[in-house]
Amino acid sequence: MALASVLQSESVDFSNYGRQRHGFASGLYEAELGLESVGGDRLSFALSTSCSNGDGPDRKIEFLHGTTTLAFKFQHGVIVAVDSRATAGSYIASQTVKKVIEINPYLLGTMAGGAADCSFWERLLARQCRVYELRNKERISVAAASKLLANMVYQYKGMGLSMGTMVCGWDKTGPGLYYVDSEGNRVCGDLFAVGSGSMYAYGIVDSGLKQKDLTVEEACDLGRRAIYQATYRDAYSGGQVNLYHVHSEGWTRVSQSDVLMLHQQYQAEKA
Amino acid sequence: MEYLIGIQGQDFVLVAADNIAANSIIQMKQDQDKMFKLSDKILLLCVGEAGDTVQFAEYIQKNIQLYKMRNGYELSPKAAANFTRKNLADYLRSRTPYHVNLLLAGFDETDGPGLYYMDHLSALAKAPFAAHGYGAYLTLSILDRYYRPDLTRDEAVDLLKKCVEELNKRFILNLPSFTVRLIDTEGIHDLEKLMPVGAKLLAPAPSS
Repeated sequence: MALASVLQSESVDFSNYGRQRHGFASGLYEAELGLESVGGDRLSFALSTSCSNGDGPDRKIEFLHGTTTLAFKFQHGVIVAVDSRATAGSYIASQTVKKVIEINPYLLGTMAGGAADCSFWERLLARQCRVYELRNKERISVAAASKLLANMVYQYKGMGLSMGTMVCGWDKTGPGLYYVDSEGNRVCGDLFAVGSGSMYAYGIVDSGLKQKDLTVEEACDLGRRAIYQATYRDAYSGGQVNLYHVHSEGWTRVSQSDVLMLHQQYQAEKA
Repeated sequence: MEYLIGIQGQDFVLVAADNIAANSIIQMKQDQDKMFKLSDKILLLCVGEAGDTVQFAEYIQKNIQLYKMRNGYELSPKAAANFTRKNLADYLRSRTPYHVNLLLAGFDETDGPGLYYMDHLSALAKAPFAAHGYGAYLTLSILDRYYRPDLTRDEAVDLLKKCVEELNKRFILNLPSFTVRLIDTEGIHDLEKLMPVGAKLLAPAPSS
C-alpha cells in the first residue's frame, strides 16, 4: 500500500507522562482510523484505531501482530496451533514461518508480533530454563518459565518490543498455559488466541469447547479448524497450520497442513 | 474497564474487585484475582496498565514482607499505605512511572479498620468507602446515599450487591463476577464470589 509506506511509525515518546503509544493518524482525513507501518525490516503489522475510551493514557484498539496463534487446555494436555505467514506491511514475506519455538522437550512458545523479538527472547528463555535445570536439578515449571520471560521483557516496556507469546508445557502440576506479552501482561488460562486473527479463532474454539471431554483427535481438529477459519478471514494469516500436542511425556508435532488443502477438504465435507 | 470497591465498617473492611483480564477488546481471562495479600491483615487491590499492576504490587508485597523479616514486626496498614504512596511518587517523575490505581485495605489492632485510596498520580486518602474505574462513576452516588459508619457485615455486603447490580444494569461492559474479601480482627476472609444475575460467564474449558 503506497499510503502505508509514506506513513512513519511513531516511536514511544518518553517526555510524555506514562507510556502512551501514539498510533499515527493520517493527516489527510479527520477519520480516526490510522495505519501504522513499522519501518523497514520488521516482519509485523499493527492496525490501530483511535478511540477515546480507556481511563488514563489514550487507549487505542490495536489489532496487533499479523498472525493467528492459539492454544487451549483440554483433558489430555494442551493443543497448540499456529499459522505460518509473515508479512511486512501488505507484502507477504513468507508462508513457511515456524511460529512455534521449541524451548525444551516439554515447553513450547508461540510467536506473534515482531519475529526477531519473539525468537530472540524465547531463545534466551530456553537458556534460562536450562540454567535453572542445572542449578536446581529439576525441570522448571511453566509458571516459573513464563515469569522469567515476563520479567525479562518488562524491563524493556515502552521501548518498542512487540511480542505476544504463549508458554505451553507440562510440569508436575499438570498442563500449563500462560500468555505473556511485551506490554507486561502475564496471565494463566485455559484458552488463548493471539494475533490479528485471534478473534476469529476465539469464535471457533469457544463454540467447539462447549462439548465436554474432547479426544486428542477432536481437539486437534478443533485447533486446526480454528486456525483455518482465522486465515480465511484475516488477510495477515495464512500458509500452513502447524499443530502441536503437549502431554505428560512432553510435546509432539502432530501435523502441518496447508490452508488451501484444508479449504478443499472442508468444502468437500460440506457438499 | 476494571473495577475496585472498598467499604469500611466499624470493625471490618469489605473489598471487591472484578475478575476480567482484558486485552484490547478481548476478555483473556474471567477469573483473575486483582487482590494482593501484603500481610495477614492487609490487602492491596491493584488495577491499571498491563504489567505495571502485577510488577508494582508484587514489589510492594515483597518489601512489606522484607520489613517484617528485618524488624520482627509488621507494618501497620497506615504505614504500608504511606510506603506504597512514597514508592509511587518516587517513580512518578522517573522514566518508568507505574500507571496503577490502588485500594489498600487493612485492619490495625490499635486503629481499627482502614481503607486507603491511591491513584496513579500518587494521591493518598483515607476514606470510608472508595471505588476505582469507570464503574466508580455509577456507584459512588449509591455509596454516598446508603453508607453509614455503623454498617454490619451483612448490610455492607448488601450495599456492595446494590453497586454490582447497578454496574450490571448500566455499565456497557459485561463484568460477570467479582471477588469479595473481608478483613477484620481475625484476618482476611474470602466471601462468596458475586455474580450478578443475567451477566454472561464463559464456561471454563474442561481440564484434567
